[in-house]
Amino acid sequence: MLAYTARRIVYVVPIVISVALVCFLLVHITPGDPLVAVLPADASQELAAQLRAAYGFDRPLPVQFGLWLLRALHGDLGNSIATGRPVLAEVMRAVGNTVTLAIAAAIIGFTMGVLLGLIAGYFRETWVDKVATSFAIAGVSVPHYWLGMLLVIIFSVQLNWLPAVGAGPSGSNSWAWDWAHLKYLVLPAITTSVIPMGIVTRTVRALTGDILSQDFVEALRAKGLRETGVFRHVIKNAAPTALAVMGLQLGYMLGGSILIETVFSWPGSGFLLNSAIFQRDLPLLQGTILILALFFVFLNLLVDIAQAAIDPRIKRG
Amino acid sequence: MSELPLSATASDAALQAAPATKARGYWATVGRRIMRDKVSMACALVLLLIFLSAILAPWLGLEDPYKGSMIRRLRHIGTTGYPLGTDELGRDMLARLIYGGRLSLVIGILPVILAFCIGTSLGIIAGYVGGKLNTAIMRTVDVFYAFPSVLLAIAISGALGAGILNSIVALTIVFVPQITRVAESVTTGVRNMDFVEAARASGAGAFTIMRVHILGNVLGAIFVYATSLISVSMILAAGLSFLGLGTKPPEPEWGLMLNTLRTAIYVNPWVAALPGAMIFAVSICFNLLSDGLRSAMDIRN
Repeated sequence: MLAYTARRIVYVVPIVISVALVCFLLVHITPGDPLVAVLPADASQELAAQLRAAYGFDRPLPVQFGLWLLRALHGDLGNSIATGRPVLAEVMRAVGNTVTLAIAAAIIGFTMGVLLGLIAGYFRETWVDKVATSFAIAGVSVPHYWLGMLLVIIFSVQLNWLPAVGAGPSGSNSWAWDWAHLKYLVLPAITTSVIPMGIVTRTVRALTGDILSQDFVEALRAKGLRETGVFRHVIKNAAPTALAVMGLQLGYMLGGSILIETVFSWPGSGFLLNSAIFQRDLPLLQGTILILALFFVFLNLLVDIAQAAIDPRIKRG
Repeated sequence: MSELPLSATASDAALQAAPATKARGYWATVGRRIMRDKVSMACALVLLLIFLSAILAPWLGLEDPYKGSMIRRLRHIGTTGYPLGTDELGRDMLARLIYGGRLSLVIGILPVILAFCIGTSLGIIAGYVGGKLNTAIMRTVDVFYAFPSVLLAIAISGALGAGILNSIVALTIVFVPQITRVAESVTTGVRNMDFVEAARASGAGAFTIMRVHILGNVLGAIFVYATSLISVSMILAAGLSFLGLGTKPPEPEWGLMLNTLRTAIYVNPWVAALPGAMIFAVSICFNLLSDGLRSAMDIRN
């Protein structure tokens, strides 16, 4: 197990470096001068050259990348052009809100997905299966930003039950687990949960169906095991794959929250990314994408290790 | 295999995809199976309607989708003369939804078509040639897998700047690695089969083998995978426009319309929600059609 974990961690290093390279290059594919946001419109040639040297833009690209990576390893992702504050601190503060949202959505989406998937897989080809599968298909096909709008229309505009935007009552700067804050979480969390719900349902349904059609289930039933006992075997056998899918989905929720956070003005990393894009705040853009991608890479790593811990067959592969 | 009755569309598909006489029988069977699937046919019909109305929009006698009016802003659904109401600038919603299909469908589907061509070529080359070239292509693909696809799409189009072309480029970059991975894995599956060996032994060059023998046998699987991406692509493309990274006003496009109407949800919520319903309809139809195609191609069942 330890050897597998070590091997898997070593394998992550080149991925992390390439992810950093992609994030670094993102700024260099942007049209126009990277200095445009900090340079006054009437700046002289000398000032431009001076600033270019100060930011290190006059050096060859590989050198710039090396220096940038070195600083990033020390936790220095530069300063936001819009606010002047360090990028890392800005991003981490926002990521906290995104994690809150992703976890709430994961609890809803994964529970619903596993339940619907198990039921659909068990009662295959019946009307129960059809209903569950339709839910799943709708969940993966719905434009979630539109679903968010619909929920706002129903629960905020028409019924006036829940707030439409924000992450807490006015005057509250940080998240707290009380109803005053939680009611801001309900709609965004439900909206975020539909895609993972659909995907987990489909995965668990397929797994359950496959496992139930295997010979050992027949044998279990033949020796007189009750259906609840059979179910335990199904869950045990489905767990590694289902967990892997859920881990990946959690990563997608963390990294792909920009649309939902925009709809609900949820002050998370996606919202930050949105403002970075529209203010052309390139260091902030670069930093946010880097941190979110690294989260995703490490989550994948954790999932792989957890999967190997549950299922010993994986280590040998 | 016995001769099966063919419909026009099934035989067209079969002719395009058929590398040899045996495969023609296969595609004919697939065509027949999908014609019998009610859900798939219903979805195909809905999509056909949306596509046709988008293409024929100028000849349908609709209002001008660009012409607004300050005095008839945000009319409700069912207003005489405006069956689906009007938007925040008083433009006819029915006309804008139908015209909106033109851009929305292009920016949603074109990236998948482009990625299908690029990804299939890369995947087949990587899978057939193998060795260092395979490592180079597949490790590059791995890097893109380290990003959640929504983040990657937004990062690229955010860096390139707003615009239809940039959003198509961004989405194509998102889908190429996914299709390449599928194409590579199916290609490695058939590379060492007897018929490929036979072609090699009879003196066929690498290019001919890839084009004739490999492509014909892997295209189906890659195609089904690509069709399942259209739904995601539609949602993402409209999403980019929704964020302001795709289409620019006053162009009618479903994602952008949803964005500009967002401020109107307190005045006329159901009109504001209409463009999203169009995205949903197209997305779910493509998803169901792709599922139908997948099970139709799984002849073993």
